[in-house]
Amino acid sequence: MNTKRIASALWPIVPILGALLFTSGLLLLFDASPLEAFQSMFKGAFGDQSKTLSVLAFWIPLTLCSLGLLITFTAGLWNIGVEGQIILGSIGASWIALKVHAPNAFLQITLELIVAMAAGALWAALSAILKTRGKVHEIFSGLALNNLAIILTNYLISGPWQPPEGGTFRGTTPFPDAALLPRFAESRFSPLSLVFLIIALVIVFVALRGTFWGLKLKALGKNPFSAFLLGVSSEKEVILAMMFCGALAGLGGAVRVLSWFDSLRQSISGGIGFLALLVVMLANYRLIWVPFIAFFFSAVLNGSITLQLRTQLHSSLGGILTGLLVLFVLLFGDPKALGLRRKKEEQNE
Amino acid sequence: MNIELREIRKYFDHVKANDGISLTLEAGKIYGLLGENGAGKSTLMKILSGYQPADSGEILLDDHTQHFSSPAQALSSGIGMLYQEPLDFPPFRIIDNYLLGRDNRIALDYKTVSAELNEYASRYNFSLDIGAFIDTLSLGERQQLELIRLLAGGAQVLILDEPTTGISAEQKQLLFSSMRKLAHDEGKIIILVSHKLDEVQELCDQAFVLRRGKLVGGSDLPCQNEKLVEMMFAQIPARSERTAMAQKELALELRDLTISTYRLTVSGINLNVCVGEIFGLAGLEGSGQELVLKACAGLLPSAHGKIILAGQDVTGWSYHRMQKADIAYVAAGRLEAGLVAGLSITEHVVLAQPEHTFFIDWKTSEQETLNRISDYQIVGTPDTNADQLSGGNQQRLLFALLKTPLKLLLMEHPTRGLDVRSTNWIWELLYNRREQGSAILFMSADLDEIVERSDRIAVFSGGVMSRIVDAKQTTVEELGHLIGGRE
Repeated sequence: MNTKRIASALWPIVPILGALLFTSGLLLLFDASPLEAFQSMFKGAFGDQSKTLSVLAFWIPLTLCSLGLLITFTAGLWNIGVEGQIILGSIGASWIALKVHAPNAFLQITLELIVAMAAGALWAALSAILKTRGKVHEIFSGLALNNLAIILTNYLISGPWQPPEGGTFRGTTPFPDAALLPRFAESRFSPLSLVFLIIALVIVFVALRGTFWGLKLKALGKNPFSAFLLGVSSEKEVILAMMFCGALAGLGGAVRVLSWFDSLRQSISGGIGFLALLVVMLANYRLIWVPFIAFFFSAVLNGSITLQLRTQLHSSLGGILTGLLVLFVLLFGDPKALGLRRKKEEQNE
Repeated sequence: MNIELREIRKYFDHVKANDGISLTLEAGKIYGLLGENGAGKSTLMKILSGYQPADSGEILLDDHTQHFSSPAQALSSGIGMLYQEPLDFPPFRIIDNYLLGRDNRIALDYKTVSAELNEYASRYNFSLDIGAFIDTLSLGERQQLELIRLLAGGAQVLILDEPTTGISAEQKQLLFSSMRKLAHDEGKIIILVSHKLDEVQELCDQAFVLRRGKLVGGSDLPCQNEKLVEMMFAQIPARSERTAMAQKELALELRDLTISTYRLTVSGINLNVCVGEIFGLAGLEGSGQELVLKACAGLLPSAHGKIILAGQDVTGWSYHRMQKADIAYVAAGRLEAGLVAGLSITEHVVLAQPEHTFFIDWKTSEQETLNRISDYQIVGTPDTNADQLSGGNQQRLLFALLKTPLKLLLMEHPTRGLDVRSTNWIWELLYNRREQGSAILFMSADLDEIVERSDRIAVFSGGVMSRIVDAKQTTVEELGHLIGGRE
């Protein structure tokens, strides 16, 4: 029993190892040294202070979104729309940063964050209401709203929020310094965002472990009809769970525009939402693993940016590695998948 | 073919589901496998039919050791199992279902297979319209299809798990005569898993009794019922006493109620249920009883008419509003409708409480759960997940979750699949509820249960509530005729 528990706790390592081995095999096929590649990836991620800080800066919004998704997954919802919710958060924060000039930085940033979270939450609420009232599955509405969010960004950048010097179609004018999150040592990392992350982590932990709301979501995710019969109002909880996730994704989006970038850009999210879905699945829907897996993803992706400079390898190696990870998660992500599953099913009988 | 089981063991953690069972079964005989809930009958039959492997022990078919890794493998060795819920695909026709299990070529040979299917059907006097869709069939007809599928698959041994639950009296007689033919004329082995002693006595040649994972005895049949009961329970359980409690005060009033679903319309229901009354709804599966229960619970809208609860018009109220008005609904499928697989007993208790705080006080909740576990005699700990409980314990948990007091308790099959002792215990609980002033409206496929437990009985056939009878003035036979639509 105990060894089983340990095995299941350490399980997320298996697909990571599998993906690393498979990538090594691929590299060998192309006469490249896997050791060298992984070494330069590591150097690219942690080679000096600024690189490590970049990994951290990327990690924070990714983890924020993953935490939000943990709530929606618990409620049995596939919030693919998280990507759009990040973008709306970015747009919300940008709107305040560009158009409102508060008397001091504290007020300015507080306002930006509140609007970002509200924008993300409302965007998520659209998906939720389409689900509860229109019987549209959240995956479809999420995908549609993701595209709408991208179109909205492009419109804002090339239209109303275009820099006065003319359209480069790349981004808005950089925000004033007072509108940005205070950043650490010229990097893209803001210690303040780490504080948000810790607060979010504690809130999600408590919500899932200690609140009645968390229990209702859990019941809803496992058996909506029984949950309904036990008195859980599914509509209310679905909307709340989606909005909660949307708010965290919006906060992640705000961190992206206010510290990673300094303006609203074309691909502001950079796929963080989709990545966060993978993080949560790889973490086997367990909170404890989420920050670590997100950190691993962040290190791999940031580490491979400079890969081509050091080796002859293309920077998409990081993408290949994460892509393989996904496949291996699907293959092995469930500890019950290999042989263990049969046993479990029998016990249920 | 002869079957020998040697020292079959199967443990689930520390529960010894099968603890060294040895049995020999001979060709041409019908066996009954008896035992209370959790005695290990299902486990043993699942091992024999290849659904799950034993931890240790041997299965010998004609003196050759066999290892089954799947039900398909067991069937190819001649062992077929008929489950309580037929394994078919409701949107398909009979012929498609049959082909699905039989033929895996690209071009389907409907002609030969139809002939084969019709031949099997006529051999056992089953009247199957092979072009009919599964969802238009009764449970008994679906069972017949399943039987033919197993026989065509080469079954020499048929295991039937509670086959008479939910089928009509005629279908039961047909089933039994086909079983006799299969065993006595064709030399097949039939194993009947059942709680119903009368049926086992009627059909079987020999009975085996399991208790707590062990084989505790057997007997040639027929024999004294008491003998079997004693083996099953180690003592004879006392029948719970029924007290007439009905008062004059009305708890529930249905006035000219009409409920419409795409499959069935029930119309013109007029029903009064008094405080403290137990009201049984009798009828074949799908005759409309379920719709009435669901409408009273607020789960189905009524097309016409009124539902009045203790003088208050509650027509059109939502389920959650009904719940707040002290109506409770216990559905038949425990893990599908009522309990959440993967949630612990404590989590269920917390969810079901009418009042909630934002933060859960796990300590108090666990204490409350412990109280209910001991009050309702649930075999489990506060951390046990609902899906880890046995069927009887799941039912106890459902009752442990009901709030007190209740004005109206609506139940589908309150004791389906439970043994005599659990059934008695559940009815003790229900009698307590009525003494506290609850009115009870329930449906059951078990006519004995309806006649024995109800004060009054409403008879349903084909969406019509044909009459209301006094339970004391009727018999199971009379009720059986009324259900069949005959006077």
